[in-house]
Amino acid sequence: MKTSSRIYTILIFIFLFAPIAILLVFSFNEAKSLSVFSGFSLRWYRELLHDEPTLQSVRNTLLLAVSAMVISTVMGTAASVGILKLRNKAFKAALNTATDIPMTNPDIITGISLMLMFVFAGRLFGLANSLSFWTMLIAHITFCLPYVILQVLPRLRQMDPALPEAAQDLGCTPFKAFFKVTIHEIMPGIITGAIMAFTMSLDDFVISYFTSGAGFQTLPIRIYNMTKKTVTPKMYALATIIFFVILTLLLISNMTDRDPDAPTPVRKKLKGEKAK
Amino acid sequence: MSKKSSLSTKLSLAPYSLWAALFIVVPLIFVAYYAFTDNSFNFTFDNISRFFTAKSKVEGAEVRTYLLIFWRSLKLAFISTVICLLLGYPLAYIMSRAKERSQKIMMILIMIPMWMNFLIRTYAWMTILQDTGILNSFLSAIGLRRIHIIGTESAVVIGMVYDYLPYMVLPIYSIMAKMDDKLIEAAKDLGCNSAGILRRVIIPLSLPGVLSGITMVLIPSVSTFYISQKLGNGKFFLIGDAIEGQFVANNLHFAAAISFILMIVLLAVMALMKRFTNNRVYGGGSTL
Repeated sequence: MKTSSRIYTILIFIFLFAPIAILLVFSFNEAKSLSVFSGFSLRWYRELLHDEPTLQSVRNTLLLAVSAMVISTVMGTAASVGILKLRNKAFKAALNTATDIPMTNPDIITGISLMLMFVFAGRLFGLANSLSFWTMLIAHITFCLPYVILQVLPRLRQMDPALPEAAQDLGCTPFKAFFKVTIHEIMPGIITGAIMAFTMSLDDFVISYFTSGAGFQTLPIRIYNMTKKTVTPKMYALATIIFFVILTLLLISNMTDRDPDAPTPVRKKLKGEKAK
Repeated sequence: MSKKSSLSTKLSLAPYSLWAALFIVVPLIFVAYYAFTDNSFNFTFDNISRFFTAKSKVEGAEVRTYLLIFWRSLKLAFISTVICLLLGYPLAYIMSRAKERSQKIMMILIMIPMWMNFLIRTYAWMTILQDTGILNSFLSAIGLRRIHIIGTESAVVIGMVYDYLPYMVLPIYSIMAKMDDKLIEAAKDLGCNSAGILRRVIIPLSLPGVLSGITMVLIPSVSTFYISQKLGNGKFFLIGDAIEGQFVANNLHFAAAISFILMIVLLAVMALMKRFTNNRVYGGGSTL
């Protein structure tokens, strides 16, 4: 890298990391201030550990993210298989457009639109407050699905269609052929899709804000409510913990980064056959 | 293929088709339905016309409240997008030309801020930019004059650029990383200088990445409400704030009307951009 490029890159990364560095430092502040550092202390970490509503919101967020991830990954993978084989062009175009909508619409509109429908349905059934964990789960599955499809569909396209066909010729049902052959071939796409769904769900604030009920608070909503009042370094302690969790996850996923042409069980077997 | 596989195709598609119809398409119809009805669900144009005609006083002058808010959102989002492009494009280029190891490290560094909760990051900017904040302490420590920036449009733009810069860098980088080095060498052999290579080879080839970067920055910036609440000190009301405010006040029909108008305007902008790409880029089709 040229010196000028290096300086430019460093300056951009300073800009990107300045606020993060500041919240790391101030999470250890002895005093309540977020702009004057008076001494090192772990006080805010201790307070965080005793803040039951925040801990509860962490558990809620994880529950929601795992549920949304599992359901959207299964449904999205099945949908990708179907979309690939679909012959009806008009239906295919309609599905593609529907899949694009949550990704291109601003979050605020996705949130408002779902909220309006839930409120309307709630009225229909005579519920005073229809927003709950379930409405949030529906919303999260809805915005995760396109990301799963976007990861799985290209993998399916790249796969040699002769592989599952061969399995069917050898007596597998289409269903069995999918689980014995196809799923292994597209696994990297499924995993990336699942990870994306999980992180999108963890991080979402806007859509959750409009579709959440009073009884179920996720971490981003909890943070939003905390930042309405004066914030203490306790929130920075929370952010610091999140930062290190993300850093670890990113490093692990990068180290175990799979080679796209790595042998899957099917390919290993095929190779074995050839060697014979 | 036999009838059997067609049945399994239908079965695998059924849950998603149903889901997409029920939770993607129908909710959008509800936005239109609420936008054009009053509290007892009778048809009305009042919500839409209120958006275009409501007036209020700003610094003594009478203005159209929501049109002004909408104009301000578009303006700030546009400025932020341009700044993100100017900052992000060179970075994406540098990244794509770096050694493979450095590319990986820079990718991680770009993604970390994206995955940090954006509310906390934005709040951290508030403590930096405040009148008694870290920036001003720093300025006075090195003997410069303190500046007042929190609550201004500049502070909101800083917040938007900070939050959405990675969304500009990543799509441009992913296109540039795939670019064939031979094309650049060929241009060099044919007598192009570096400015010519940039103008004739790199920029045209990276255009699809630039356009998806622009949409990924423009759309969240135009509709944000948290950034303006925290960095704009409530004075700089954006279209997202207007929607959120009506939602909190439980004026769902007017909130739907504003969302409806925002959606239509964004659809028009996207259609224009898509046309622009299709005319300019060969093979720049959709990803699906």
